[in-house]
Amino acid sequence: MAFELNGKVYETDEEGYLVNLADWDEDAAKYIAGVENVEMTENHWEVVNFLREYYNDYQIAPAVRVLTKEIGKKLGAEKGNSKYLYELFPYGPAKQACKIAGLPKPTGCV
Amino acid sequence: MMTDEIPGDEPAGPPGGKVKKFMFVNRKAPYGTIYALEGLEVVLISAAFSQDVSMVFLDDGVYELVKGQQTKGIEIKNFSPTYRALDGYDVEKLYVERESLDARGLTEANLIVPVQVLSAMEMGELMQQQDVIIGF
Repeated sequence: MAFELNGKVYETDEEGYLVNLADWDEDAAKYIAGVENVEMTENHWEVVNFLREYYNDYQIAPAVRVLTKEIGKKLGAEKGNSKYLYELFPYGPAKQACKIAGLPKPTGCV
Repeated sequence: MMTDEIPGDEPAGPPGGKVKKFMFVNRKAPYGTIYALEGLEVVLISAAFSQDVSMVFLDDGVYELVKGQQTKGIEIKNFSPTYRALDGYDVEKLYVERESLDARGLTEANLIVPVQVLSAMEMGELMQQQDVIIGF
């Protein structure tokens, strides 16, 4: 499967995750967010950018619990909780935010 | 397990409430077989169940933690940075056998994460205290 934006083809798996991490750009993020019915605000970008940094550092997408904890450390307790993250990404920070960030599904997610 | 359907800031408590000691023993070089990567993934998943998890690196398993791995030539992802994520998953007990390091001319300074170096004798004692030992 794939989608195309401005002449660039983005290959995805059957669930809509990007196949090639390196294909990711902001246009792809906005497109995937649109498919997921998520309107990207500054708060959404903050989480997406955090995930990309985390992946870059550790070569995995974090489990939800770890994401929540690390966001809390970096962005403050008012953002490091499930309620806040689920408000931004109603279908789950792992499922939606990782997808928008162009990362594979978090390890341990079935 | 660990899906988005279970929102929670803390890991789920162990069933029945009893924490067991799980030790994951890694004996294989990082590439060439799937053992090292699979072992690491099992540990990351098991971290969600609030057990007392430790990892042991023995024999060629000590190579899993060596700094500066270059995997371009074999076209396999270098997953060694993921060992540095273990701390965030609350997996803090990493043990490396001194004899295995010595036999390969390695020291703690060559490793990508802080570990506790134990002699084979001490490692044996630690194994005696475990409820479950799983080898990779």
